[in-house]
Amino acid sequence: MTRWPVILGALLCLAAAADPAERLPNAAQETRARTLFRETRCLVCQGESIDESDATLAADLRRVIRQHIAAGASDGQVRAFLAARYGDFVLFRPRITWTNALLWGGPFIVALAGLGLLVFRERRPPTPAPDLSPEEEARLEVLNGASDTLTTELSFKNASGLTER
Amino acid sequence: MIAEVGSFALVLAFCASLAQAGLSFAGRARRDATLTGGGEGAALAAFAAIAIGYGVLIWAFVTSDFSVANVAQNSHTEKPLIYKIAGAWGSHEGSILLWCFMLTGYGAAIALARALPWGLKALAVGVQGCLGALFIGYMVFASNPLLRIADPAVEGHSLNPLLQDPALAAHPPFLYAGYVGMSVVFSLALAALVEGRVDAAWARWVRPWALAAWSFLTIGITLGSFWAYYELGWGGWWFWDPVENASLMPWLMATALLHSAIVTEKRGALAAWTAFLAIGAFTLSMLGAFLVRSGVLTSVHAFAVDPRRGILLLGVLGVASGSGFALFAWRAPRLKDSQVFAPISRESALVVNNIILAAVTVTVLTGTLWPLVLEAFGRQGGVGAPYYNTVVGPLMAVAFVVLPAGPLLAWKRGDARGAIQRLTWAAAIAAAAGVATYALVDPKRAMSCVGIGFGVWLVAGALEEAAGRLRLARAPLAESARRFTALPRGAWGMTLAHIGLGLFIMGAAVETGWRVETAAVLTQGGATSLGPYHVRLDSVTVAPGPNYDAEQAAITVTDRNGALACDARPARRTYDVGGVTTSRVALCLHGLDDLYIVIGERRAAGPNSAWLVRGFVNPWIRLVFLGPLLMALGGAISLSDRRLRIAAGRRRPLAAPVLAPAE
Repeated sequence: MTRWPVILGALLCLAAAADPAERLPNAAQETRARTLFRETRCLVCQGESIDESDATLAADLRRVIRQHIAAGASDGQVRAFLAARYGDFVLFRPRITWTNALLWGGPFIVALAGLGLLVFRERRPPTPAPDLSPEEEARLEVLNGASDTLTTELSFKNASGLTER
Repeated sequence: MIAEVGSFALVLAFCASLAQAGLSFAGRARRDATLTGGGEGAALAAFAAIAIGYGVLIWAFVTSDFSVANVAQNSHTEKPLIYKIAGAWGSHEGSILLWCFMLTGYGAAIALARALPWGLKALAVGVQGCLGALFIGYMVFASNPLLRIADPAVEGHSLNPLLQDPALAAHPPFLYAGYVGMSVVFSLALAALVEGRVDAAWARWVRPWALAAWSFLTIGITLGSFWAYYELGWGGWWFWDPVENASLMPWLMATALLHSAIVTEKRGALAAWTAFLAIGAFTLSMLGAFLVRSGVLTSVHAFAVDPRRGILLLGVLGVASGSGFALFAWRAPRLKDSQVFAPISRESALVVNNIILAAVTVTVLTGTLWPLVLEAFGRQGGVGAPYYNTVVGPLMAVAFVVLPAGPLLAWKRGDARGAIQRLTWAAAIAAAAGVATYALVDPKRAMSCVGIGFGVWLVAGALEEAAGRLRLARAPLAESARRFTALPRGAWGMTLAHIGLGLFIMGAAVETGWRVETAAVLTQGGATSLGPYHVRLDSVTVAPGPNYDAEQAAITVTDRNGALACDARPARRTYDVGGVTTSRVALCLHGLDDLYIVIGERRAAGPNSAWLVRGFVNPWIRLVFLGPLLMALGGAISLSDRRLRIAAGRRRPLAAPVLAPAE
């Protein structure tokens, strides 16, 4: 029974921002507003943006943001206003702060560290040849795309090897 | 009575899994083929027992046996038969049973595999038995799907109506076949670490399993995405939602594994890294199951959530992957990795692929778990689509630039200039496509044009590589035709998968950039415009369904010339049970594009009734779903390669004593 609220949350979220009753007359401002909506969390829904949500709070937030934009606020000012009022949680695109350093930096650190290892590895002196025995080398040859008859023969020969022991 | 037989079978499966682990490990330690044979038998028995339990659950659903708690909570007599059956995996308990069914099924498959060397096989069957015991134990003791209730219900609570859909009925089996397929790779990796031999032959044994699991996972994710696309009614197909991320992470890891296993197989290099990926892929699969089922993260897809058992699942995950990584940390340093390769070589290209995929996996993992991290420090926060797009975009761009060159480079030391020469025309076409799109198509969408360029680059690059393989235009046509059939299927699988990726990128870029959207409140007979189309709401009627009532709209969409483009019949269903409403989207296929029409809620009642009608034109959306299916098809074709099927004979059993690691 814990799941019904979740589903209702999902169902309420039927993209409502395009509702003609809410739109701004200025098309450029409306486009900016829509972009901001997609980056703003609907706090009472389940991980949806206010662009999609039909919830009352989302409609209120849309109206507030549209008012700010109509009054000439920049995108940054609107974001700062939202974060001040509702906390960083409301922003889907987290701001670049020290708290979020790991979030924004982590992936690139991993990529750079990997590339570093790749380059570093090249500088190592070549290690000696693989220590496979000649017999194993021969078998590897067989494994690596030699004729099928050879392979089948080999497995046939070995088929009874286990039970002998 | 039947339900009790099922419960008994599940307990039997638990015991069989314990026996499977015990017999296999003891047999390997004592080098006793009789004991390991017993372990293989136990693996088959565990599978048979789970299959019986599963059959019983499906039977209970089909006959609507509401004395079984799970059926009472998730089924309803009025539900169509197919959804009664699908209900068997729609709930938490049922999905865990499906997981165990797959797990023991793969265990039985390893037990029956004839190509594996004796020692490796015994250990892999044993590890698979341990996993089986963990998960079946969790199911039997904490989440029994066949539990009776003392007071049988007269009618069931019904399955969540959103799930009553063919794509979603098929989605979990594919997804789980993919998730759990990684368990085989996991078991083989642990077995090889214990044996101390993670080498070329091992990589060859691992690859078919990884390929199969990866293909299933690809299909499963695509089905889920398609379901979200037309069932949720938002017109989008990927939301970077925690549940979607949960399935994406193992997929990324498995993709990396497929590529690094090639290096290990052909060159014997990257052995430890390949083993790490094998363990990681299954860990992320388990993490995915945990995230989806525990409800620690809020999600639009979070069905069947239970926080209490989430902790237990987390324990199962911790034990399984913890022991895996511990074994890795202990044994991996002893693995010799002696192959040298130049900075420009196929190895390097594949390593770059792996680095990027690892970084993207880290992105998705951090982003998904970020709310939990912040919560631990008493803060609140979270990330959404803008974050992922910003970080994943540039990373993947690097991988896409390198991708077509990879297959053209030789092993060890590649000829950079030769590869660049061969790809010049592909790069020219790609750049031309991007620039032409930017110049000709309004509105201007720079990022989408870049996306088109990348898509064309991947497709053209893959075709150039294939043409080179066929020696097209450089050899007689008959020679090329002969090569077409004679060349290994694995290479064709790769070509297909890379083309599929290119098509997907093109589809995603075009769909994101040039989607047209409209919303209007219309009375019957009212009309609005949607891009080049004209949308008219003809009528709305009430139509009863088997377990719901529907408001059925008739909407006519005509194009610029007045020709009929879509005779749309979207509906809004209200289910009898729970009063839940869902929207049935009307989709009209126009080549690669979709006309996507949704009927929303009634805005005004009485004689002037009006409804909110929303419409989308989703250009090239077809490629978004066809691309991944091509990738999965590529995987299937690779899988049919004879070299993989024969699995290159079995290792000599006599060599078993030698296999013990050099202490």
